[in-house]
Amino acid sequence: MDVAIVGCGMTAVGEHWSRGIGDLAEEAGRSALEDAGLRQVDALFVGNAYGATFNQQTQLGSLVAHHLGLAGIEAYTCEAGDASGGAALRTGCLAVASGAVNTALVIGVEKTTDTVGPARVRSRGVSLDADFESVNGATLTAMAGMLMRRYMYDYDVTLDQFEGFSVNAHRNGAVNPRAMYRNQLRAGAFVRAPMIAEPVSLFDSAPDADGAAALVLAVADLAADLVPQPVAVCGSAVVTDSLALQDRQNPLQLGAVKLSTERALHQAGLTLSDIDLLELHDAYTILTTLTLESMGLGQPGGGWKWAADAGARIALDGDLPISTFGGLKSRGNPSGATGVYQAAEAALQLRGQAGQNQAQGVKRALTQSIGGLGATVVTHILSAIPE
Amino acid sequence: MTDASLVDRSAPRQDARGAMFGTLYSATLVQEAPEGFVAQAPYRLALVRLEEGSMITAQLTDVDGEIEIGDKVEMVTRKLTTDGERGMIVYGYKFRPVIK
Repeated sequence: MDVAIVGCGMTAVGEHWSRGIGDLAEEAGRSALEDAGLRQVDALFVGNAYGATFNQQTQLGSLVAHHLGLAGIEAYTCEAGDASGGAALRTGCLAVASGAVNTALVIGVEKTTDTVGPARVRSRGVSLDADFESVNGATLTAMAGMLMRRYMYDYDVTLDQFEGFSVNAHRNGAVNPRAMYRNQLRAGAFVRAPMIAEPVSLFDSAPDADGAAALVLAVADLAADLVPQPVAVCGSAVVTDSLALQDRQNPLQLGAVKLSTERALHQAGLTLSDIDLLELHDAYTILTTLTLESMGLGQPGGGWKWAADAGARIALDGDLPISTFGGLKSRGNPSGATGVYQAAEAALQLRGQAGQNQAQGVKRALTQSIGGLGATVVTHILSAIPE
Repeated sequence: MTDASLVDRSAPRQDARGAMFGTLYSATLVQEAPEGFVAQAPYRLALVRLEEGSMITAQLTDVDGEIEIGDKVEMVTRKLTTDGERGMIVYGYKFRPVIK
């Protein structure tokens, strides 16, 4: 894929009560354009999941393009639940790779926190299967709770064994100035946290957040002339599974994670052993666990082992750093923006500009954006050296 | 032709109960409920493996004490929520422990 990332921008993640959705997207977009040294792009793709339910706002393509002074360009929203950001990046890559455009701006934006309590829970529930899940009072966290309980039952795993994923996320988020929760997680706090949907607790589940992240994409030939350190997109894949968990043969196997990872790696001509860093969709520790297993980084029932020793193996200086800027758990989860944050963070890692979050020797990174519990899985492989 | 031959007695009666009984695949206790379900919270939500093989998502009801993975449950009709300003009642299925 002859596409490169030539600019990144991100707003702080948190509760932006005083700012509109267009305003947040504008900040990230301007920052990415400045990073790329560009004032104009050929197209804009907006990743957003809940504009219609949280903000009573659709047509974000037009809204955001106008905010950025880009009115007139092709622009529209890409929606795939919490994978919307990944889907927008994918769409941008396709547009550039096809030759239809030379440059594209990808902006993920979400504003979830103006709505609170049961109204927010209901609004977020629109990404579940309405007829078979949410009609029964299901929430994504409840579905994750059921997966986790079954996993613990099948493989005799205890709650404390997941702790390292959250500890690692907060260890990295604590030094990320854009992270929503910059506190360290003390050992033992995880198992004592209040339950949201047992066994998923407050310290297990990623927080809803507001934020926007942006990437400027360019055709690879152009990229080298634009910026000193373009980041190549060498793999890009979207795979879907059943929306409702109940329709999967084995809910503990994330088939779309497996296929999406395989396809992206195949495009890049790489294997998992070539990957130096993972930005995973760590909305719940069970999702991280099942993702690692489904990717092939653990046997069924063994994915939790990556969390051992307070996540030492997945720390910034570990074998395979994960959630290097805090992940969804600590940086925060601005739903439709999250997939773009992941890619922007991975790009900074590859450019060696990750500051205190820098992992060493990162040549290739894999980012994965997930809608639901593996219903839509978007994987990208980013590389420091165009291949 | 006798009267009896008018009725085919060879086919066994269809047993629909396979869709009504199942075992608990997993369950959770929902503490943060969406609008429409707040009055019931906290409530138990489950994935039930039906006897005929498929899986279904539903609330558990009439549970005294604990319920474990693998426990037998049966389908019952219950009120799920009320809908809209006029409060139309939405009925649906829930599951309860099998009454012995």
